Parts: sequence; C-alpha cells; structure tokens
Amino acid sequence: MGVGRRLKVDCTVNGSRHVADGVWEGESLLYVLRERFGLYGSKNACEQGECGSCSVYLDGTLVCACLVLGGQANGRSLVTIEGLDGEKVEQAFVEAGAVQCGFCTPGLVVAAHDLLQRVPRPTDAQIREALAGNICRCTGYAKIIAAVHMAAGSA
Amino acid sequence: MRVGESVQRSDGPAKVRGDFAYSSDLHAEGMLWGATVRSPHPYARILSIDASGARTMPGVRAVLTHEDVPGQKLYGLEIQDQPVLAFDFVRYWGEAIAVVAADHPEQARRAAEKVRVEYQVLSPVTEPEQALSANAPQLHPGGNVTREVKIRHGDQSARADVVVRGEYEIGMQDQAPLGPESGLAIPDGEGGVDLSIATQWLHVDQEQLAGILGLPKEMVRLTLAGIGGAFGAREDLSMQAHACLLALKTGRPVKISYSRTESFVGHVHRHPGRLAYEHGANRDGRLVYVRARIILDGGAYASSSTAVIANATCFSVGPYVCPNATIDGIVVYTNNPPCGAMRGFGSVQNCYAHEAQMDRLAAALDMDPVELRIRNAMETGSEMITGQVIDGPVPVAELLRRVKAFPSPLGAEGQGDGGGMHDLTAMPGGVSNTTHGEGVKRGVGYAVGFKNIGYSEGFDDYSTARVRLYVVDGRPRVEVHSAAAEVGQGIVTVQAQIAGTELGVSDVVVLNADTGVGSAGSSSASRQTYITGGAVKAASEAVCKRALELAESELHPASELRIENDTVVGADGKQIVSLATLLGDAVIEETREFRPRRTHRLNPETGQSNAHMQFAFAAHRAVVDVDTELGLLKVVELATAQDVGRAINPIAVQGQLEGGAAQGLGLAVMEEIQVKDGVIRNPSFTDYLLPTILDMPPVRMDILELGDPNSPYGLKGVGEPPTISSGPAIVAAIRAATGREITRVPVRPHDLTP
Ligand code: FES
Ligand code: FES
Repeated sequence: MGVGRRLKVDCTVNGSRHVADGVWEGESLLYVLRERFGLYGSKNACEQGECGSCSVYLDGTLVCACLVLGGQANGRSLVTIEGLDGEKVEQAFVEAGAVQCGFCTPGLVVAAHDLLQRVPRPTDAQIREALAGNICRCTGYAKIIAAVHMAAGSA
Repeated sequence: MRVGESVQRSDGPAKVRGDFAYSSDLHAEGMLWGATVRSPHPYARILSIDASGARTMPGVRAVLTHEDVPGQKLYGLEIQDQPVLAFDFVRYWGEAIAVVAADHPEQARRAAEKVRVEYQVLSPVTEPEQALSANAPQLHPGGNVTREVKIRHGDQSARADVVVRGEYEIGMQDQAPLGPESGLAIPDGEGGVDLSIATQWLHVDQEQLAGILGLPKEMVRLTLAGIGGAFGAREDLSMQAHACLLALKTGRPVKISYSRTESFVGHVHRHPGRLAYEHGANRDGRLVYVRARIILDGGAYASSSTAVIANATCFSVGPYVCPNATIDGIVVYTNNPPCGAMRGFGSVQNCYAHEAQMDRLAAALDMDPVELRIRNAMETGSEMITGQVIDGPVPVAELLRRVKAFPSPLGAEGQGDGGGMHDLTAMPGGVSNTTHGEGVKRGVGYAVGFKNIGYSEGFDDYSTARVRLYVVDGRPRVEVHSAAAEVGQGIVTVQAQIAGTELGVSDVVVLNADTGVGSAGSSSASRQTYITGGAVKAASEAVCKRALELAESELHPASELRIENDTVVGADGKQIVSLATLLGDAVIEETREFRPRRTHRLNPETGQSNAHMQFAFAAHRAVVDVDTELGLLKVVELATAQDVGRAINPIAVQGQLEGGAAQGLGLAVMEEIQVKDGVIRNPSFTDYLLPTILDMPPVRMDILELGDPNSPYGLKGVGEPPTISSGPAIVAAIRAATGREITRVPVRPHDLTP
C-alpha cells in the first residue's frame, strides 16, 4: 500500500490475545488499539504525549499509547480502559461530577487507578502531581480531585 | 430526577468506561479516510492546482478541489465568504484547498502532499490597523471592515473631575476542546448522505451542507456524535462538507479526524483585540463617561465576527451605570487565522479593559476598588449604554460583596495553600524548585462582568422539543427528542429533569439529537437550558394536559389533577389512577417550539436598542503569588459569586463555574496562539499551554438563585460568565502583587520582571 514496511502485532489486551496484520510501521499503539482492535476507549486528543487521554498500562506501566509504536506492543501485555478493574474510580468520577464532555475521562480514570495502586490515600498535592499529565478542558479539575478522594475513601 | 436536584449525568457511566462513542470513534465497513491539503501561505493567489500525481498514489480513491463542489462554493454563519475549498485566493495559513480519500489515513496524508498547487505569494495583512489603511489590499469584495458598531449614549462632550486612560491588548485564545474535529459521512446510495458529527448546531450545519452539496435538506441528514467539548469551536463547519463530498464521490463511508495541529487551523479562535479606553468620573467615584475604541482582528473570514463585535461594544463598560458613552467597535479582515465564537463571546476581551480601568480609577481617587465598583454597580431598572433598561435581578453589588467577604486562603504568601514550605507545587515555578518563598509577593484582585444570554439583535431564537408519553412493561415512560447538542455541559440530563418534573414520571429517556426533529438552535450563548429547556417544558406541559384530560371525570376536573410518581392525583393529593392504567396502549405526543422574548437591531448610528434578551452576571476574586524576581506566578485561589437564577442541576452548575474559570485563567496567564506573519507558531499542546491540574487552584463559590421572572423556572444561562471576570481578577491580583501596569494578556514572565 506504499506507506512503508508492514508488521504483525501479536499482543495481549485486557487478558485476551489480539493480533493485527499489515500494521504500518509508523502506526502508534493508540491507532492499533482504536482502529485495528476497535478499542476506542483510549482517546486521541493530541497524539503528541501532552494530554494523557490515551493512557493505558503497558506491561503494568502507565504510558501514553500515542507515544508508543504499535510494533513495540508485539509480545506484550496491555490493559486499556475497557479492561481496567477500575469500577471504584469510575463510579466516583460519575458521582463527583468529574465528567463533562468526558473526552479526558478514560485517561484520567487509568491514571487515577495507577495513583491509587501506589498511594491508597493520596493528598491533594499528590493527586495534582500524579494527574499533571492529564489535561481536562471542561471541569477545572476540582471535581476530579474530589473523585479521586472519593475512590480512595471507598478503597 | 427533578429540577433543582443534583443529578448524575446519564452519559456518565458510558463515558467513564470508555464506551461512549465520540465523533472520532466512528467506524463503518469499507470506510475511507479523508485528509486535507492546506495552504502553506497566509495570503496567495492560486494559479493552478494539479491533483494528477495524488490520484495515482496507492490506496487513493478520490481527490477533490473546488471544481468538485456542486453547489455553493462559499459558506459562513453570517456572511458567506469562506470557500469550501479555496479557488482564487488563499487568505490564511492552513486554509483548505483540496481533500483526499484513501484506504489508510497515512495514504491519504501522503497523497495530500502530492497535490501540486502553484501560488503567487502575496504580502499578507497581519495587523488590524494595517487592514484599515487606505493602501491595504482588499481581502474581500466589500473591503476589510467586517462590521463597525457605534454607541452614542448621553452627552457626547461630557467632562469629568478625574480622568483615567488605558490601552489594552488581548492575545488570541484557542477553545482547545479535547475531541478533534471529526465525523463520518455515509452515502445512502440514492444521492443523499448521512453524517454523524460533533457540532454545536445540527440544523445550521444541515442548511449549509445542503447548499454546498446542491441537495435538498431532506437528503442531508445529521446525527449528533459524541462531542469532546466545544466552547465555540464547533459553530462553524470544519470537515463536514469535505467528508460529505468525498462520500458522495466515492460511494463509500468517509471518516475525517483532524490531528491536533490541524485542529488549530480547523476552527476559529477567540478574537485578539486592542482596546483604548478613557473613563471620566466625579470625585465621589461615580462614572460620568466612558469613551472607547475597540478593534478586533477577525482574521480571514467573517464567521460570527459581526455578533462578537456587537457584544464587545454593547458590554464594553461592564455592569456599571454610565450616563454618557462614546464607543466605537470595529472588527476587520486580515490574513490571520479566522476568529469567531468562544465562551464569553466578545465580553471577555472588554472585561479586561473595563476592569483595569475601574482599578485605575480607584487608584486615582484613592478609593477601595470594590467600593468604587459597588458605587457604580447596575441594579434592577438601570440603563445600559445601549439604552436598554435591565429588568429582573441585577445583583452586581451583592456579588462583589460576597466575593470580598470570602475568607482569605490559608497559608502565608509563598506557601500556597498551607501545604508547608516544601510543597513545591504550591509555589510559583512549581517543582522546577525556583523559589521557597524568596521574592514572592501576594496580590488580591477583583473583577465583575456581564453578558447577554441567547441570541441578540432581532435574531429569531427558538428551539423545538418533541415529548412522548407511553407505557412500556407496565410502566409509564417519557421520551424526549430535541436537536440540542450535548457538548459536555449536561443538556441531556437537564431535558430529562425538566420532563420528569413536568410529567411526574420517573422513567425519562432522552433520544439522541438529530435533524429528524426541528432545530434547537446552537449550544452556545449559554442559551440551551433556557431555550431547549423551555421547549421541553412546553411540550411536557402539553402532554401532561392531554393525559389529565383522559383522567378527567365529573368528580375530578382536569384542572385539579396532576401527575406525581407515575400516578394521577387529585387536588387533595389522593391517588386516582396509575398512569399506566390510564394510558393503556395510548401514546401521547406533543411537539412545541419555544421562543424567548424578542430582541431588536442596534440603531446603526447610536447603538441604542433593546438588543438583548437576558443578562447574566458574575464576580471573581483572585489571589495570586508572584515570584517578582523570575516573573513566575501561582494562582492560589479563585472565588466567585454568580446569579444563576435557578440551578436546574446544581452539580453541573458548579462544574460550569469551575471549568469556565479555568478557561479564564488560561487566557490570563498562559494561553495564546502565537501568530507571526500570519503563521501559527505553536499549533500543538506542546507549545500552546493549557491549564493543568497543577495550575488550577481551588474555586470557592457562592451560587445565587434569584429567579428571573421571564425565564423557565427563573433560570439564567450559566456557562459563559465564569470565563469573563475570572481572568481580569487574576490580572488585577498580579498588578497588586507587582505594582506593574500589565496591559496585555496573557501575562508573560518578562511583563513581571524588572
Ligand atoms: S493523545 Fe496521547 S497524550 Fe494526548
Ligand atoms: S470533561 Fe471534557 S475534557 Fe475533561
């Protein structure tokens, strides 16, 4: 198809094997997840690593899927918002009013989940530092902080 | 789920799980991807376009230019001046010239690079003053002035004891909604097209697309896709026409989704402006006159510039009584990026100026700045500089008193919120570890602003709602259908609350918005809860009336009945019959249009008129710490008071006040599209700075519900006022901390250092 070499990506996503053939070598992991695996929950707000809306776990580490090449995911294990064990965080985001347009939300839920794994009862300052890479244009963040506290409280 | 209760948004669960389909998440079998060829020049004559090389690239299915536009080749919200695809000239950097559809997005992008356009490069008009000069090139047939608005109120030669003057400059702000411009067009095989799209106004898109495609409206059907924020950026067409043209040409579904860089040229921005003010006051602080000249740079195409300049001019003095005013507002064409709607719509730019002027006046009079504002505050029955008398609650003084009365934030200067000396995130400079409090000065500033809610100047503002009541699984259900765009603000939930309240039914479903029902108008001007809410209320009342007529008997006239908890009850509160039993198989459906009171054109010579329908007011106090040695700052706290008339969904109202203040903060201290010689230098989230969770302080709030006698439930539009006075309060606080004049936003580090 004239856009360079083609790769096969064989990886585990949310516990099940996912294979994509004919992946262009320049395709980001975000593109592979969304357009090849149909997992549109990870969002594409900047595709420049600046907004966190594409946050996923890659072998247990929080990454921006837009900054990882699809080919790099070969043989590795991913957890996306669709497979996240994140009910407490998700429920708290809804209850606290932390969702408006919601485009930032999946990324924030994954990032907040990651924070709570490491720090079960974070302070305001710890929440701000951990979520500093996630841009939300709608909420002004107050209710996001409240949601993380709420999720921590019910942990 | 009633009006006035904090209700969780119905789309919340899907959004937190990643299941909610945004316009960029759409997919169809056999789908192609579109890419756009854009101008590398801010101003050039197009000599030729050669798409032959692109057409033979791998995977390419179509390449279209202006020659392939079957209908109107120009479009625009108020003036049809913008080409669907450029033909004779390109007038801004990034203007669309051709579109490509291919199997893979990268194939489409590479083919777009192969479209050869021959230009005669012209010298761009990049300054508004330059656009007005006699020898400037005429960018459009009517000249370079898009609109001029004059206000002549009272004595034009009034004199005053104390006079202050100032000139202010506002940078270009981007709405930066997180969701990219995107959508999916699917041809119907019979010459028509279905478009799933993120837009603020489905019907105005439909109307423009029908004209461009040369099709009757019924053949261009639009469905609202999930929207990742809007803030004005989705009022104009972006990729809509391009996707439809490609879909109709190829006979295949076509998806277009802009990259972030493309998004910066894919939508209009907030107008940058220069504002020169002179305020005259008596020794007691009362305003005698204001004279001002406001120039906004509208960029290459008109978009909603003509309405933005009207707002900038009408609200130029702020919510103060001013007996004499001479205001000239002008918006011009240049070869800069086109500007149009953004939250606050003209009232943001002027608020920086009138509030800076009020502080200067207070200093000249040696008065407290809040006291000076209160002395001049409008109240019920006050006259605007347009001659319009404001009815309903006008709590300007009250809002100012409330923000002043909030306790001071905890922690000494340089110590943020009291998190301790080593909480670097609370310091100016943050974790860059540039200060532990040395050289840090704290300032406190105040601002108040107002603007119109809904459309103004005689525009026929209305919305349509269809409400159905029927029984499903033995229970009554209400179904609400409107074309109101849910952009994140919560209009879906508001519609459910209103129908649930009026009909006393707990199961309320709001159908997705589409063009299968009448227009709702735009999700802008803070109008949707008022206007579509009004339509849902009216349709629900009509359905309720018919249901109660079914229940009517000699014993119980319909006028004494009401529905509560799915049951018809009498005047004494006694249950008469369950709604499910009453209805049986019957379906009651009513459609209503709702119109607020009329507005009128501005007099072209004097600007005097009842041009606006409703007014909303908010005040802010800002506390800011400034590292005066390095020019870094930290907004420590914002406090706001706003009259929302009636909070339909209080938790959503709070979200508007917090999120709107964050956008105000952005313009005040970091957000600016840097345009040099007509070229955007920072079209990315790397270089265009948005407030993060570390930048945005806590917001204290006082939400007043004073009730507007003219509106449904007494509500007022909520979304925009938080973005108006938040930034000016921050700049006032920075001035207080540094003693510097600061006449330009966003404030830059070198504006603060010696
Ligand atoms: S989309 Fe990956 S960081 Fe913004
Ligand atoms: S809710 Fe819209 S970007 Fe966060």
